[in-house]
Amino acid sequence: MVPEDAAPRPLDRLAVTRLTLSQFRCYESARLHLDARPVVLTGPNGAGKTNLLEAVSFLAPGRGLRRARLSEVERLGAPAGQGWAVAAQVTTPFGEVDIGTGRDAAAGERSERRLVRIDGRPVRGQVALAEHVAVVWLTPQMDRLFSEGASGRRRFLDRLVFGFDPAHAGRLARYELALRERARLLREGSRDDAWLAGLEAEMAATGVAVAAARRELIERLQAAIDQAVGPFPQAEIAVSGTLEDGLGEEPALAVEEGLRRRLAERRRQDGEAGGAGVGPHRSDLLVRHRGKAMPAELCSTGEQKALLVSIVLANARLMTAERGSPPLLLLDEVAAHLDEARRLALFAELLDLGAQAWMTGTDRATFAELDGAATAFRVEDAHVVHT
Amino acid sequence: MNSPEIERLIQLLAKLPGLGPRSARRVALHLMKKRDGLLTPLAEALGAAAEAVRTCSVCGNLDTRDPCHVCTDPRRDQSTLCVVEEVGDLWALERTNSFKGLYHVLGGTLSALEGIGPDDLSIAALVNRARRPEVSEVILALNATVEGQTTAHYVTDRLTECDVTVSRLAHGVPVGGELDYLDEGTLTAALRARRPF
Repeated sequence: MVPEDAAPRPLDRLAVTRLTLSQFRCYESARLHLDARPVVLTGPNGAGKTNLLEAVSFLAPGRGLRRARLSEVERLGAPAGQGWAVAAQVTTPFGEVDIGTGRDAAAGERSERRLVRIDGRPVRGQVALAEHVAVVWLTPQMDRLFSEGASGRRRFLDRLVFGFDPAHAGRLARYELALRERARLLREGSRDDAWLAGLEAEMAATGVAVAAARRELIERLQAAIDQAVGPFPQAEIAVSGTLEDGLGEEPALAVEEGLRRRLAERRRQDGEAGGAGVGPHRSDLLVRHRGKAMPAELCSTGEQKALLVSIVLANARLMTAERGSPPLLLLDEVAAHLDEARRLALFAELLDLGAQAWMTGTDRATFAELDGAATAFRVEDAHVVHT
Repeated sequence: MNSPEIERLIQLLAKLPGLGPRSARRVALHLMKKRDGLLTPLAEALGAAAEAVRTCSVCGNLDTRDPCHVCTDPRRDQSTLCVVEEVGDLWALERTNSFKGLYHVLGGTLSALEGIGPDDLSIAALVNRARRPEVSEVILALNATVEGQTTAHYVTDRLTECDVTVSRLAHGVPVGGELDYLDEGTLTAALRARRPF
């Protein structure tokens, strides 16, 4: 319910207005009614706050914010044959949409097939979700995003791209399928050149499209970061990879041809090492702290978190300007590592954007400034109570 | 608990594409209610089809004749072969009434992950057909999926030894489509495959 004194936001921003969970993690069933305002979830450790964020993350393509196997998400003791499910009513700039998703338990106890329904109709694959919902998250695990391997940063970047270019998810899936097919052939010792060449042609064509989408976003996102004012540090961002670098120097068709040639030359090596030694699945997102003129990974934990927040906020502003709405933001334990000035600036900016940001914390007092401006829930022992 | 005859009917119906256990029960009930009007004629039709249907030894089509009615039709253009993945694709193209050549059904697509290799598809038979002097063009009408396009690439390579032109269906703007609504991949494909007006 929206209290009358809190001016309700126009319902044309991306927002979940109803969320229903069944057999999901610790929840046998749960239902939340919401409006477009930010969402604050507080409660003790292990109560099930992050599980709610994870449920929202399944409204976008992919494996969710924990990158879990689908069967792991199922509540322990769930009746056999009843897979977990998340259903949501979502308002978007293009109208209301009902989304349902879950594990296809009918296909077997260990089935990892995800079912997706949009407005009640089953759709093939998860990619269609990206056309309706964009979700970006920050979790405590991502505090080490800059110091760990490139795959986490690449996934973070790709998730930002989904918000502007829903087809990016489909192209990535195509690329990865061709990559896996080629790796399987090489591992089996196949020397079927025509078959390999066919897969490499597919990898080159989709790979260049993936790299071009990343480059384009980085350019516009940097412009959005440059315009930001406030206590968050400014980031200098770049994407680095054979294709991304090549696209700055050569036409796309030449880059495509180049990747195809290099893959053909590397068959023996790739067969021994597995995977493929070149391609956009090895690219990296490079981030520097502009004020301190140093790479992000050398900054303090607090500064690294602040850099991530500043990128996420710039992305949300850019999406609002270009697509009419910021993405859904899932900010798990976001207040940790932020000093008070930054915490307050974050809340102010989220309200200004009109973003439905889902925030968790152990202490309600952390979010005192959002009283009346956010929908607040108390989460305790897998029960969600509106407060 | 139903009798074994009815249970078996339900179990078999549940194996049909698009039917699950629940809808299979509904179909079985419907059939049994309309025993004279539907169940018996259907059983007879199934029996007759099981008796008569053959896979065409030339193109892989399903028909009651071998070679099938397409392959034996003297009015069809013997110089053009259209390669499709499945019989359903052949039927879809036939419904357009715009192709007058012959077909070749591959029986699937290459997929290393599903263990389907060139020998599992009728590619060698296609190459043999394409070698024949009267054949001058092979049209690849394969799906725009990763597997379909990989297979197209593979077949093209195998056909270089034959004296034929290899073409493929154009990808691009759908009939009645508006450019504004197309994704970039489709638009790029349409631009590449543009042709004189």
